[in-house]
Amino acid sequence: MSETHDHSHDHAHPTHTHDGKPIQEDPLPSLEAQILEASVRELLIEKGVISSDDVRRAIDQVESRTPALGAKIVARAWDDAEFKDKLMSDSDEALMAFGVDMRPTELCVVENTDDVHNMVVCTLCSCYPRPVLGIPPAWYKRRDYRSRAVREPRAILREFGTDIPEKKQVRVHDSNADLRYLVLPQRPDGTEGWDQERLARLVTRDSMIGVSDALAPADVED
Amino acid sequence: MDPKFRPGDQVQVLQRDQPGHVRTPMYVRGKTGVIERIVGSFPNPELLAVGHSGLPYKMLYRVNFKQGELWEDYDGESDDTLEIEIYEHWLAPV
Repeated sequence: MSETHDHSHDHAHPTHTHDGKPIQEDPLPSLEAQILEASVRELLIEKGVISSDDVRRAIDQVESRTPALGAKIVARAWDDAEFKDKLMSDSDEALMAFGVDMRPTELCVVENTDDVHNMVVCTLCSCYPRPVLGIPPAWYKRRDYRSRAVREPRAILREFGTDIPEKKQVRVHDSNADLRYLVLPQRPDGTEGWDQERLARLVTRDSMIGVSDALAPADVED
Repeated sequence: MDPKFRPGDQVQVLQRDQPGHVRTPMYVRGKTGVIERIVGSFPNPELLAVGHSGLPYKMLYRVNFKQGELWEDYDGESDDTLEIEIYEHWLAPV
């Protein structure tokens, strides 16, 4: 967020609290913290508890997750009613089929319908279902998204180009504790008979955070 | 550990001033909502964050609030809701 950005929504609501600044804007950790991290890491490696390769591998694994995995899960839920029931009721077991382990958190899947639109935010920091969606987008960690999503969700959605009809309920999920949230967008019309691979092309990252709908067939078909 | 609340119960979030790694945002403190579901018991984040085990575990609920309860001048529809996870020691029966 630049200095010229409109900050009016950041500070207009004195009842808000924010544990610190958006992570995206945080300055580098203090020198003390950096030295502490390096010291502990080097000690663990020296003593053979972990290896440099373990550290690299862990970073690689975190950063290799992308929304394509979430899209596959959504496409399967659209196509396979039994899987969808399992995903909604016992997501741990359903996600095993995709090699996803959410522990120590749990995935809570919320379904968009004709009557309900769900969207996800973490007001306190930037909790995000990383094992299924990867690294969160920069805006997800920004203070203006985090404060306004709970305060004026319909206005935020309009700014994302998503107009929610008045008769449809908007449900905001503040991801503040031990659950992580995945929005199951509505399956677009005109996709009858599509296989899961083709369906997955309609499922965007933003539609799984709930700031947009899934793509329409016309958006992806050549 | 038996949950103190059941889905459908009305609860009020405590209006408590507490420093530390508290996962109850200011904007829901003092507000009244309804238990949506019992999530289960989890380590207490307020202790976990400062190097303790997080024991005793705390029961965690998802609580559903009408947006109009949270914001007097809410500019959406009256059915709009916000759902958030609150630990049992932050909830009082109504």
